[in-house]
Parts: sequence; structure tokens; C-alpha cells
Amino acid sequence: MNRHLLSTGDLSRDDAELILATAEELRSLADRPIKKLPALRGRTVVNLFFEDSTRTRISFEAAAKRLSADVINFSAKGSSLSKGESLKDTALTLEAMGADAVVVRHWASGAPHLLAHSAWVRSSVVNAGDGTHEHPTQALLDAFTLWRHLGSLDGRRVAIVGDILHSRVARSNALLLRTLGAEVTLVAPPTLLPVGVEGWDADTSYDLDSVLPKTDAVMMLRVQRERMNDAFFPTQREYSRRYGLDARRMGMLPEHTLVMHPGPMIRGMEITADVADSDRSVIVEQVTNGVAVRMAVLYLLLSGNESDTGRTPTTGTLQAGAPTTDLDGAAE
Amino acid sequence: MPAETKAPPAEDGRTVLDARDISRALTRIAHEILERNKGPEGLVLLGIPTGGVPLARRVAARIASVEGVDIPVGSLDVTMYRDDLRMRPARTLLPTDIPPGGIDGRTVVLVDDVLYSGRTIRAALDAMNDIGRPRTVRLAVLVDRGHRELPIRADFVGKNLPTSVAEKVTVRLEEIEGEDSVTISGGAATGEGESA
Repeated sequence: MNRHLLSTGDLSRDDAELILATAEELRSLADRPIKKLPALRGRTVVNLFFEDSTRTRISFEAAAKRLSADVINFSAKGSSLSKGESLKDTALTLEAMGADAVVVRHWASGAPHLLAHSAWVRSSVVNAGDGTHEHPTQALLDAFTLWRHLGSLDGRRVAIVGDILHSRVARSNALLLRTLGAEVTLVAPPTLLPVGVEGWDADTSYDLDSVLPKTDAVMMLRVQRERMNDAFFPTQREYSRRYGLDARRMGMLPEHTLVMHPGPMIRGMEITADVADSDRSVIVEQVTNGVAVRMAVLYLLLSGNESDTGRTPTTGTLQAGAPTTDLDGAAE
Repeated sequence: MPAETKAPPAEDGRTVLDARDISRALTRIAHEILERNKGPEGLVLLGIPTGGVPLARRVAARIASVEGVDIPVGSLDVTMYRDDLRMRPARTLLPTDIPPGGIDGRTVVLVDDVLYSGRTIRAALDAMNDIGRPRTVRLAVLVDRGHRELPIRADFVGKNLPTSVAEKVTVRLEEIEGEDSVTISGGAATGEGESA
């Protein structure tokens, strides 16, 4: 595994399968009386959130705490970030506090990459969503949910429906699901498909009804109004009628097809309440799986890999036990 | 421990236990467990992956054939509780599978293939602490090769094997490697055995 998790495109099939297998073992922790493992005792994980998030931040926090790491939450609101401090100065502060991992969400695409490849921090960087770029742990938890229900993803068909243009979830999923052997179809109105989508390793369609009968999972995306400064479709009602998942459309799905949503969902817009609450829907399970997957990611990135091993900031892949470990570890 | 069982088969050493020796040792361990516990009541066998799990199942099968009752068998992964996590690359997690009845108030017999430094067992005791509170914990191992680094000893031992630290003990089991054997190899400076 790389030292950072910035994009699902950086994961080999082996890496991805290792994360899924690890998550599977960690998932059973939720059923135990003591939901804690000592693996990351004494490590510090900083949640650096420049953008609002409930689910992802809580999920990362729960994951880190269940592995016994210390968690520091750092959100833009109510911190110096809102006073105009730069990413660099924030990063230097975190570094001075001795963070072993920084989980970063940022409104600017590429911010986690900048953080990881600058010389500002030595910690592992986990991308928790950057702009309209990527959200790797969401894709991993989606893949994990699919994998638990469908077994191997080889040759499985997954439809990702909705606001592909603004969706980091769609991009991360398209990359990861291909790596794991699934076929991805992106379904959206032409205005909500990104420029250059023909270069993605995925099919595209404007017609949801024709895609539904031959899909193994449908992933509904929220229309991201906060990122829209333009009219992408005439009315909300028209969008819902053409691209929303309702009971009629659910009837067209094969018996085993899963209905997924990364959340937060707008009931009545991209998905109706009866579909979201149906037994096909694995939306709540996705949240549960999120904690297990994020535990797996933190465990694999942090254990056996003293944060100090990354003193040379350009190194992408670093095996633990590099000769610098002892020297630096002793200096700490 | 896991690294010892995964040794490449090409490295042929001296065979110290063959399939029949292993079978006899496990039968004896099963009887000793029953004798010590005065019957099968309250017993739970937990194997430590990978080697300990099939051994636990075999011991349980022998107990079943003697007493006519099935006793709960599970597996207990200790990876997250190891004391060398920070020193090594992340290890793959192995299955933990606690029988439905849990371990509270039971007599848990931990089963492992090789007892060496004792660190795996220490980790197992910690892992068990997070799962429940057994009445008693006992330890059964197929091979005790000595060189303990912690004050831990086995209650039931298949075979005591005096070894040097430079030697490597390899346990192969039918369920994993397709054959039953315990071999000793090395002695030279070739990659010393791992703490078990």
C-alpha cells in the first residue's frame, strides 16, 4: 500500500482486495461487547475538515477511536482557518503537534495531494473528499458493500446515476469498481456529465429506464445544488421524473439488485422515500460498513509504519522498517 | 507463528513428527483436556490462526468421539494485539470467530501449533479480555520449542522440542498445506524463526 490514500486510481487490485478483506475482519468488531482494538494506541489522527460533513467525519472519528488512536477534530468553522490561515500554515501546525495521519476534506480538488506531496507534513494523508475530484473511502465502502452482497465484482454491472459532474463519489467509484472487475455505467442528463467523460473507463447513458433491467446495483447520487452556479436542468420535477428512482423503476430491477446512496439523500428528488426504505436499499448498511472500511484504511496505512518514515516527502510508497525508522523514532 | 507454517515446502528439514505422531499427540491432548476439566462441560476451544484453527477442530472432533458431545470451537486472531505492530509492515488480519455461546464463564482452551517466545499467547490473552471473561484459560500446543520471553507455559503439549534459536520449526497441516508434518530446518544463519 502507498503511504497515502489520495485516489482510488492509486490502488492496485491487490491493495483494494486487502482493504476489503481487512474491513471484513474488522466489521465483526461492531458485534462485540468491547468495540475497541489496541492497534493504533498512541497514534494521533487529525480530522481536518474544510467543508461541512457529518457522516464522513463521524465515521473516521469512530474508526480511529475503535483502533485506540487519539483523534483531534479540526474543522474550518470556529478555527483559524476561518480567519484566513493558509493550508500550509495549518499543515505546519498539525506537524508540530505530531499527527500520524491527517484525514482531510477540502473544497478544492487536489488539496490532499498538495498536502501529501509538500514537505509540510510527514504524516499519512487520507483524502476524505476533495472538491469534485475524489472520495476514495466512500468508493471503498461502496465496493465493500457490493462485495459482501454479490461476492466477486468481476463482470458485475453497476449504474451510477445522477450528478456525475460534481460527484467525487462517482469518479472514485468508477476507478475502483473497474479495478475490481465491475462494469460501470454512468447515467445522467448530458449537462451533468463531466467534460472528458468519454476518457473514463465506463459507459454512459442518458436513459435510466434502459439501464435498470440489466444492472446488479444502482448507486443514486445527490444533485449537488451547493456546487451549481448554473441551470443544469429545467426543473427539479423534471429531473426526478427522468432520473429519480421511484417504485415503478425499482420494479424494473432484477431480483437481486442493490439500491445504494452515499448520502446525504434528498428524499423525493433523486430517490423516493419508499425506495430508500425498501429492503433492496443498503443505504444504512453503507454507513456501518464505512466505519469498518475506514478502520482498515487507517490500520493498513499506520500500523508498522512510524510516521517518521516519511521524512523524504517525494516518496510515494514506503515500506515500514525503512532504515530511517529507528533513528527518527528514537529522536521523537 | 503464522510465518512458520507458511515456510516454503522446498526447504526440507529433519522431520520430527509425522502424520501418525501428530494424530497420537492430538488424541492424547484431547484426553488430557477432558481429564483436567473432569468432562466436556463448559469447554470452548479457540484456535489461533492459522495453524491453531485446524488443530482446535481436530481436538474437538476427538473429544466428540470420546464423550459424544460437540464442544464449541472458534478462532481468535491476535494480530491487532501483537506487541510488534509498530515495527513491522501491516499484517493481514485473520478470522476471529467466537462461538455463539461466547466465552463468559467457560473454560477456554487456546490451541496453537508452536509455542516459542510466548508473545502470541500474551496477545491472545489480551484479545480474549476484550471478548469476555472466561472462568479459566488453558493452553494447548502441538510443539513447545522453548526460548520463552514471557512467563507463559502450556498446559497440554504435543511434543517438547529442544531447539536452538537459529533453527526453524515448520508445522504443516493437512487442512492448510495438504500434509501433516513437523520439521526442523536451518541452524545456519538463514532467516531465524519468528516469535510464536
